[in-house]
Amino acid sequence: MSTYSLSDGRASGAPRLSRAPLLAHWFLESGPGILASAAWMIFGLSCLWWEDVGDWSRTHSLGIAAFVIAAVALFGTVSADYLGSAGRALRQRAPWLIALGAFLTLWEVATAKFAWLPLPFFPPPQSIIEVYTDDLPKLLDSVFASVRLQLGGYLIGAAAGFLTGVSIGWSRAVGYWVHPVLRFIGPLPATAWLPIAFFTFPSSWSASTFLIALATGFPVTVLTWSGVASVSTAYYDVARTLGAKPSFLVLKVAIPAALPHVFVGLFMGLGASFAVLVVAEMIGVKAGLGWYLQWAQGWAAYANMYAALIVMSLLCSGAITLLFAIRDRLLVWQKGTVKW
Amino acid sequence: MVAAAALAEVPGHSAAGAALDIEQVSHAFDIDGAELPVLTEVSIAVEPGEFVALLGPSGCGKSTLLRLVAGLDKPQSGSLREDEIRITRPHPSRVVVFQDPTLFPWRTVWDNVALGLEAQGILTSQRHRVDAALDLVGLSDFRTAYPHQLSGGMAQRVALARALVNDPKILILDEPLGKLDSLTRITMQAELVSLWQRKGFTTLLVTHDAEEALVLANRVVVFSERPARVKADIRVDRPYPRHRGDPYLADLRRQILGLLGLDATW
Ligand SMILES: Nc1ncnc2c1ncn2[C@@H]1O[C@H](COP(=O)(O)OP(=O)(O)OP(=O)(O)O)[C@@H](O)[C@H]1O
Ligand SMILES: [Mg+2]
Repeated sequence: MSTYSLSDGRASGAPRLSRAPLLAHWFLESGPGILASAAWMIFGLSCLWWEDVGDWSRTHSLGIAAFVIAAVALFGTVSADYLGSAGRALRQRAPWLIALGAFLTLWEVATAKFAWLPLPFFPPPQSIIEVYTDDLPKLLDSVFASVRLQLGGYLIGAAAGFLTGVSIGWSRAVGYWVHPVLRFIGPLPATAWLPIAFFTFPSSWSASTFLIALATGFPVTVLTWSGVASVSTAYYDVARTLGAKPSFLVLKVAIPAALPHVFVGLFMGLGASFAVLVVAEMIGVKAGLGWYLQWAQGWAAYANMYAALIVMSLLCSGAITLLFAIRDRLLVWQKGTVKW
Repeated sequence: MVAAAALAEVPGHSAAGAALDIEQVSHAFDIDGAELPVLTEVSIAVEPGEFVALLGPSGCGKSTLLRLVAGLDKPQSGSLREDEIRITRPHPSRVVVFQDPTLFPWRTVWDNVALGLEAQGILTSQRHRVDAALDLVGLSDFRTAYPHQLSGGMAQRVALARALVNDPKILILDEPLGKLDSLTRITMQAELVSLWQRKGFTTLLVTHDAEEALVLANRVVVFSERPARVKADIRVDRPYPRHRGDPYLADLRRQILGLLGLDATW
């Protein structure tokens, strides 16, 4: 994960001539950190100062936690020069810490303290914390179920899509038979199969795996295929004059050359499969975060829904980050790739 | 020159050149239904170990002829034979250095040079040949670099190393020194001659530079405008190393430039 720095240009190297510029320099470097600490202090105060309008058990702990974060931010900022990369990281993220503290304060005040926002639909931060502490086992079960389903379906879909894509790109005969099928079935949203899949597959789990694999497989197939098809013939000429057999041409020329395209397909497939996962869990599978969302809605447990949403977005973002990391490893030879 | 020796003295590799017979070869391309004749009845008989330079105007069909020799394309008519065996497909005994370096961008310099040995499945026992070839072109320090980190001239040198490492019987060079600065170029020319003398492979070199042809080759074949015919086939009987100021070569050069349509005052 990369973070953009707001003050890279003037972070260091300023000539230190007299006292006033020195102070100004210090403030430029440490000001955001101190403000961040203040913002979190205010958030903590806002938790503890007023009475809650509802009945939430974690308000006090949340306030204390906010003060701890404020203290850590303050300490980290003051001694950033001695903390190495951790200090630099803190400095870089200080503006975000300010914004986060301000946002949380506003959220706390608008919900728990004065109920400016209608209450059951907009739960305060402490009620979401409460979900994480009190409903943890069920939430964790849901996370495991979702990850298992998603991982299985995605890996099957990616592998199948990759193999199909390479075969179409390489062999005219395979292309002749598979291409029309791909054109006919591929653009159909995988969720359209849902009712049929849940009837025809032995279990809702296998049906969902199939649908996730389908959603992943289509973009991976198409992009792998186009990647293999667009490999310059000059590469094949070089390899052939050096004695390469057809297997070498596929494995060591076509596939590595197509890999940047393959990764585009893998990213598209990942996005598409997330959507299928959630819908499948909501409709058929009795487990996973999608199901948890559905269940929470049935009980009008809005805090649980927000809590599950946050976990879900962390998981999805984590999956994308992981895929980026794998790509960056495999495609180090490319220059100027996008940083996630 | 030390590196050239290292590469040349690999045990167990017979380093004799092959004979190459190009007989009455004609070729044409199809561009939007219209036929574009490129080669007309080209015949060149190359002795084993000969160094033949091919000169001709741009777009006359030199690269096309080299592709036929390599076995990448089939001629419309006529035949090409390596040691009396008809050329029908590429073979690592005939290695080409293309006009573009076409390095594989996903491989490091070392892995690019190792490509031929890997494709033939003999890399594990022959890794030192890759190192020797890299030494030869002076790029040992760049073995772990990727092609996008190289200059144009360096990339061309890697392409040369990638060909030489295979110990070819016929080395086919399509303007391999075209992108080099004049200093490196002269060094590489000397290395090429020394390597060729040691190993005795047959060399086919396409170049735009008459002087380069005369410094390097036994024989200079001059082509006409497209469709290419052999316009002249000139022996260059001078010992190596040759000197650029040699009046005999200067005389030949004037003659060749005249054949290429340039004024004799050049
Ligand atoms: N694959 C192809 N399809 C159609 N025409 C081609 C193809 N390859 C080459 N030609 C044509 O054949 C002619 C000869 O091309 P070639 O590349 O052999 O020239 P050349 O002598 O190598 O030129 P240069 O010295 O500029 O490299 C050109 O007119 C070109 O347009
Ligand atoms: Mg050419």
